[in-house]
Amino acid sequence: MSPVAFQKIYTHITNITKATCSLKASGIGNEELAVVHGRLAQVVKIMDDEVTLQVFGGTEGIPSNAEVIFYNRPPTLKVSDDLAGRFFNAYGHPIDGGPEVEGEERPIGGPSVNPVRRRQPSELIATGIAGIDLNNTLVTGQKIPFFADPDQPFNQVMAMVALRAEADKIILAGMGLTNDDYLYYKNVFENAGALDRIISFVNTTEDPPVERLLVPDMALTAAEYFAVDKNEKVLVLLTDMTLYADALSIVSNRMDQIPSKDSMPGSLYSDLAKIYEKAVQFPSGGSITIIAVTTLSGGDITHAIPDNTGYITEGQLFLRRDTDIGKVIVDPFRSLSRLKQLVIGTKTREDHPQVMNTAVRLYADAANAKTKLENGFDLTDYDQRTLDFAKEYSEYLLAIDVNIDINKMLDTGWQLFARHFNKAEVGIKQELVDKYWPEK
Amino acid sequence: MIMNNTKKTTGKVSGIIANLVIVRADGPVAQNEICYINRDGIDLMAEVIKIIGNQAYTQVFESTRGLRIGSPVVFEGHLLEATLGPGILSSVYDGLMHDLHEMTGVFLKPGEYTRALDPEKIWDFKPLAKVGDQVLAADWLGEVMENSIPHRIMVPFVFEGKYTVKSIVAAGSYKINDTIAILTDSNGKDFPVTMVQYWPVKKAIKAYKDKPRPFKLFQTGVRTMDTLNPMAEGGTGFIPGPFGSGKTVLQHALSRQAEADVVIVAACGERANEVVELFVEFPELEDPKTGRKLIERTTIIANTSNMPVAAREASVYTAMTIAEYYRSMGLKILLLADSTSRWAQALREMSNRMEELPGPDAFPMDLPAIISNFYSRAGYVYLNNNQTGSITFIGTVSPAGGNLKEPVTESTKKVARAFYALSQQRADSKRYPAIDPIDSYSKYLEYPEVQESLRTSISDDWVDKVMLVKNIMIRGREASEQINILGDDSVPLDYHLAFWKSEVIDAIILQQDAFDKIDFNTPIVRQKYMLDKVIDIYETDFEFDSFEEVNPFFKRIINQLKQMNYSEFQSEQFKRFENELYKIIEERKVKK
Repeated sequence: MSPVAFQKIYTHITNITKATCSLKASGIGNEELAVVHGRLAQVVKIMDDEVTLQVFGGTEGIPSNAEVIFYNRPPTLKVSDDLAGRFFNAYGHPIDGGPEVEGEERPIGGPSVNPVRRRQPSELIATGIAGIDLNNTLVTGQKIPFFADPDQPFNQVMAMVALRAEADKIILAGMGLTNDDYLYYKNVFENAGALDRIISFVNTTEDPPVERLLVPDMALTAAEYFAVDKNEKVLVLLTDMTLYADALSIVSNRMDQIPSKDSMPGSLYSDLAKIYEKAVQFPSGGSITIIAVTTLSGGDITHAIPDNTGYITEGQLFLRRDTDIGKVIVDPFRSLSRLKQLVIGTKTREDHPQVMNTAVRLYADAANAKTKLENGFDLTDYDQRTLDFAKEYSEYLLAIDVNIDINKMLDTGWQLFARHFNKAEVGIKQELVDKYWPEK
Repeated sequence: MIMNNTKKTTGKVSGIIANLVIVRADGPVAQNEICYINRDGIDLMAEVIKIIGNQAYTQVFESTRGLRIGSPVVFEGHLLEATLGPGILSSVYDGLMHDLHEMTGVFLKPGEYTRALDPEKIWDFKPLAKVGDQVLAADWLGEVMENSIPHRIMVPFVFEGKYTVKSIVAAGSYKINDTIAILTDSNGKDFPVTMVQYWPVKKAIKAYKDKPRPFKLFQTGVRTMDTLNPMAEGGTGFIPGPFGSGKTVLQHALSRQAEADVVIVAACGERANEVVELFVEFPELEDPKTGRKLIERTTIIANTSNMPVAAREASVYTAMTIAEYYRSMGLKILLLADSTSRWAQALREMSNRMEELPGPDAFPMDLPAIISNFYSRAGYVYLNNNQTGSITFIGTVSPAGGNLKEPVTESTKKVARAFYALSQQRADSKRYPAIDPIDSYSKYLEYPEVQESLRTSISDDWVDKVMLVKNIMIRGREASEQINILGDDSVPLDYHLAFWKSEVIDAIILQQDAFDKIDFNTPIVRQKYMLDKVIDIYETDFEFDSFEEVNPFFKRIINQLKQMNYSEFQSEQFKRFENELYKIIEERKVKK
């Protein structure tokens, strides 16, 4: 991204703050890119002839007579098939030692899809993990985050889901990724022989935080190229959106905006929605599916970031360590996939909805029994049976190391019901019980 | 209201902060006036929201990327208006009433503004008024059939005072812009009237005679609403709930099943895929009342969360104005807005950019006034010709962090008369719809006129039964708390009975499977039948030797009743399950 000839160079900066600088300039477009003292910046405010620039890399060391060159265009990404298999930074420059990618230059953060041109998501994404496929089935065109505490193995689970999901392209958008996690992803993808399907845009903890703001738009511009131009199934991994939102709050703070809940900018909902709503099933067959990570602080989902996210995404997945079986499971109570209704019982076997709900209800009964036990009360025979059921349900279905197909999951469900309960206790529609109840 | 400025005010852009654009104007400008800002040949629509000297602060309904200082601006001389005429039903509009189907391409293009109505479409017009008739605004001049609905062509709402019909066209085929009548005012001035009229969306249409208190049940087919906390026709209600508690599923159920002539759905700042669900389902699903497809009675205003924020605010007003237009035709309208919190957030974003002093949670100070003003536009009305029409309005609220003590929920609670609290706990245990039976209320149940209407339309003792059921639920909850504190074996057996009897009501009346082809919609006759059934069970004395027998026994009862809910009403299968149920009840019934 070198400046083109004949551009006017400004050398008089009037104001410098931690993240922005202002200068007198004319003919400048809103959201246009510029280079300030060799650092990339973007126009965020224009008042008459005073232009305010947000400097992505921070303003440390920028002198008041620094060179400012305007690019006359918003941030862009060059898109072509050559993106596949490559690693880029937040500006779309290669960080894998390879050459710059040649291709059509497209502005990032482009317009939204007309809602009437969307297709209803209807293609199931099988992951083999029963906690997802059985209870929280994912569908192409969906957007769903993992709500996880920082110590939970969400990056591992996400990498596993990505590789099993049979997507044509997997685009990793790493925001504030530690170098270790970045190398982990690189390794896993390499070992799976999947590198040619992967594209990564990475801002690590070593890079300035404000640069992160470009990462999702870069990744999604690449995703739109493959989904729209090439009709491919694209899976986008966003990790970690909490760090993205933190960067938003830094910028809004430095621009003297009045913060709303939890020091986040008042526009947080719209800012996040603009990213997540890029998930879409296109009429031509291509699709963009987004799986994200929102790290929580102490499991608090009422914080503005997970809260706003929950209202935007189509469900959320929670991981939890089940001490009874000593494994990480997908929490059946708090996890939810809103789009599962579009496929369960129709794209999957007819008994799927009822088996799913009944198992979760019985698991809830087990949780009540457990509370009773902890409070020192006697358990009824039914309570005891729910506890036995819950343990096996965790072990054979909820644990993230389970890898079976959906029919096998449903059969397992029926077996567990029959082993621990009678037909009246499960309360499933009679015709399904008649058909699927395993006779001993 | 009719502005006829010949020369339009123009201006030039002098400042840009995100979608707040400051324009230096060369003439008079009105608050909330619409203007178009030209960016490299593309006109972007904007609304004036503040004026200081010759500087007009405008909110642009589009992305302002690439906009430059000095860009030319033209002020239109009118406020944001809805286009009202035949052809609105079955359409999908953005928040500013541009037809989304008419737009080309997969992606929305800034400045691509499509017209709301098709000017070439031919309508079969039938006159209702005669030459010499004295008419007022909103009086019916004629009608066309729009899908299966009689769409009245009215005296435009902006007409003030009395007019005389000077001429009216004969029955026949006309386009919306054809003159269908000429009206003469008291000064003898003639006004041609077409089938289209315009109305500023932020102003209520008050062309009706009287607005009484709502007095009759508005059926939704959702048991926990109709039976326990009924909505009244022309009433207002709201559904607050944390994410994942089933707000949208509930709203969709209402839009499908409610007994309305016209349903307007304002998808305001919510997920696009949820709107797509309506596009896909409504052309397929049938309106149980008319047998026509649901889409024929529905209009969708889709301003999803990734569409321009400022247009989100406009979208709820556009939807309300369309509802008021159809109400004036003597129709029963259901207006749904999902979610009003997103609308409030749009107000907050703008207030923030204008550097106004913030109120609670950084929302603008006048938020409560804006919300109550909006809700007050709903209602049951008597029109000038003594016909009736109604707008029943139900909005969802998405409280931050699920905390109901936040400004949008609190402001809404002050105006909406029915409150359907969605509970996280119920949602977690998959008890859908997750409307909390104890926290929720419907003030309409206390209106004597509503009670009277329930008595005559359902049964004499209906209201008493509903009150009884509410009591049973409260007692059940108390019993369950005691059991949890003291333990199963330390409480009297009656506690277990009280709890399990409330569980029967919970499972059979409150819980409803929105995805089952029978259970999803329960007509009031069937609701009465099942309510009587569970009250009978409640009033039956049962014998148990120990508390351990209570749970399995009631589980069996619930199972039979549930099978009944899943069966066609009064079918063979239904009766078979009902007989089974009687047998189970007999096993433990105290013989007198």
